[in-house]
Amino acid sequence: MKPFTTLDALAVPLDRANVDTDAIIPKQFLKSIKRSGFGPNLFDEWRYLDHGEPGQECSGRPKNPDFVLNKARYQGAQILLTRDNFGCGSSREHAPWALEDYGFRVLIGTSFADIFFNNCFKNGVLPIVLPAAQVDELFRRCEAAEGYRLVVDLAAQTVTRPDGTTVTFDVDPFRKECLLNGWDDIGLTLRHADKIRAFEEKRRAEHPYYFA
Amino acid sequence: MEAQTLYEKLWSSHVVHQEADGTALIYIDRHLVHEVTSPQAFEGLKLAGRKPWRVSSIVATADHNTPTDHWERGIEDPVSRQQVETLDANIREVGALAYFPFRDSRQGIVHVIGPENGVTLPGMTVVCGDSHTSTHGAFACLAHGIGTSEVEHVMATQCLLQKKSKTMLVKVDGKLGRGVYAKDIALAVIGRIGTAGGTGYAIEFGGSAIRALTMEGRMTLCNMAIEAGARAGLVGVDDITVDYLRDKAFAPKGELFDKAAAYWRTLKSDDGARFDRVVELDAAEILPQVTWGTSPEMVETVAGRVPDPARISDPVKREGVERALKYMGLAPDTPISEIPVDQVFIGSCTNSRIEDLREAAAVAKGRKKAASVKRVLVVPGSGLVKQQAETEGLDKIFIEAGFEWREPGCSMCLAMNADRLEPGEHCASTSNRNFEGRQGAGGRTHLVSPAMAAAAAVSGRFVDVRELS
Ligand code: SF4
Repeated sequence: MKPFTTLDALAVPLDRANVDTDAIIPKQFLKSIKRSGFGPNLFDEWRYLDHGEPGQECSGRPKNPDFVLNKARYQGAQILLTRDNFGCGSSREHAPWALEDYGFRVLIGTSFADIFFNNCFKNGVLPIVLPAAQVDELFRRCEAAEGYRLVVDLAAQTVTRPDGTTVTFDVDPFRKECLLNGWDDIGLTLRHADKIRAFEEKRRAEHPYYFA
Repeated sequence: MEAQTLYEKLWSSHVVHQEADGTALIYIDRHLVHEVTSPQAFEGLKLAGRKPWRVSSIVATADHNTPTDHWERGIEDPVSRQQVETLDANIREVGALAYFPFRDSRQGIVHVIGPENGVTLPGMTVVCGDSHTSTHGAFACLAHGIGTSEVEHVMATQCLLQKKSKTMLVKVDGKLGRGVYAKDIALAVIGRIGTAGGTGYAIEFGGSAIRALTMEGRMTLCNMAIEAGARAGLVGVDDITVDYLRDKAFAPKGELFDKAAAYWRTLKSDDGARFDRVVELDAAEILPQVTWGTSPEMVETVAGRVPDPARISDPVKREGVERALKYMGLAPDTPISEIPVDQVFIGSCTNSRIEDLREAAAVAKGRKKAASVKRVLVVPGSGLVKQQAETEGLDKIFIEAGFEWREPGCSMCLAMNADRLEPGEHCASTSNRNFEGRQGAGGRTHLVSPAMAAAAAVSGRFVDVRELS
């Protein structure tokens, strides 16, 4: 996994609540057996005017000019501002894969769905939860000023706005450590292999029917 | 000892190791695998030169991409076929406790085959790369959906990194009225707490109305817990649970069953256990539910009307309702009973078990599909459900009513196979998600119970199923 330390990047506001993973990456793209290349199909149904299929070249497809990601001023954005319950629905990790492949490294919103939230950390994408008033404010400023950039510092747990003001955010210490170092979860867990084996043996003795 | 909730019991019996911040390594008893979320995990495992920790924890099936008719032709869509064949090859190479491949007589939706084969047992931790894994919580399992990285993690380590959830009790007391089912409870709960209401919680369903539900009904309810934002749903063990599991293929037998059952019966919340949040509903007040929008919380009773955004003061909410009504092609204040139905889908891991099919058949019996309804698909959840339904003659009832009787699979729940809606079509669906495009690009989904779906099929619009019987 790519480590995440700091990011100074353009933000783009996606002003919708309950954005589900079907919207983030429609189901036809789930047929892929790879984990990369989903970026061009991120928000496919909102982003393009035609229907997208896997394996299709996207550069020539008609774009929806009203969709925020297609606006010239937001090209190159790496921070996505979101509303309530972003990432609800299916557990597909294709959603964070698509966001990451498109270039997003940070999501800022009021709440994220559990499984999606978890999946982001596994893919070097940092989801940041802020109070509603602060998210509102970011939306307002980002929409008002072209070229609105934020600086995110994971070690310090801060988001710094263009005017120099800073807000802090919470993150689980364990997740933070993993993300800062780009650690692979599996490697970390296997350090406890003896403990796992011991647990397993005890459980097998007590509840053999779970091991049939 | 302090009174414990069921969730706390399940959690504490699976902690292998705990980090200082509370992140815990949780041991996983059962790993259900399907073709969509596993290929990248198997590949990752192979690339890292790792072997699965415990192959006997794996039970696999192909369900999302499989067609529901003309099985003799195989899978015609090459991309779908490749995904299913990739699973075949991975299981051949790695192994599993059981694999129910495409066309196997026990193949079916992963959340239907687990319980009916007894591979889901009370007290287990159950994971699957699929959000509706919450279904298995009906058996007092700690069961939840995981992403593909976690699928790989569980394969490699038999553990999952987890933080403890908060607990919510949804208590439904009283008696459900005629024509009201577990699906209506689920939608009523989501209508009450919202799709993010359960975020961060494990929801336990309790109360006399839940105790009265069959295992099928409890699975329907836990299945939809994720639609309320909760990763896990739970119901405590009682006689109904134990009786269901007796004689299931992979459940323990004889003395071992009795020993297991004695332990399973302790798997319920203690009297006086404290929950972080309690939500109470009166079963008698729940009416048949129909969703009108693009999120399961956009739900009304069949006697209701779709909302008028002009009457909503919160601007974010108002915009959400406006957008949903536009997508659904509905004018503000339209009575639910005036929404025309183009297709009907009876199936999915929410409502494709034998009891669901019985409820739909009871309404379809002696009636005919309305002429205005283009197609009614009845898709059993598994090969075993299909066989049972045919033994009971339900297939004939459906076929006589002009419904289509199909092979098992996910089908039009998410339309990864050929079963899908055309743009603009309204569908009465027993599935769990009414998101934009879920059942086909531009398709408009209305979530209902199996009985309500059958009633819509014979009426061409949403009608109160109680008026038909
Ligand atoms: S039936 Fe639908 S919700 Fe259930 S596993 Fe299949 S696609 Fe997912």
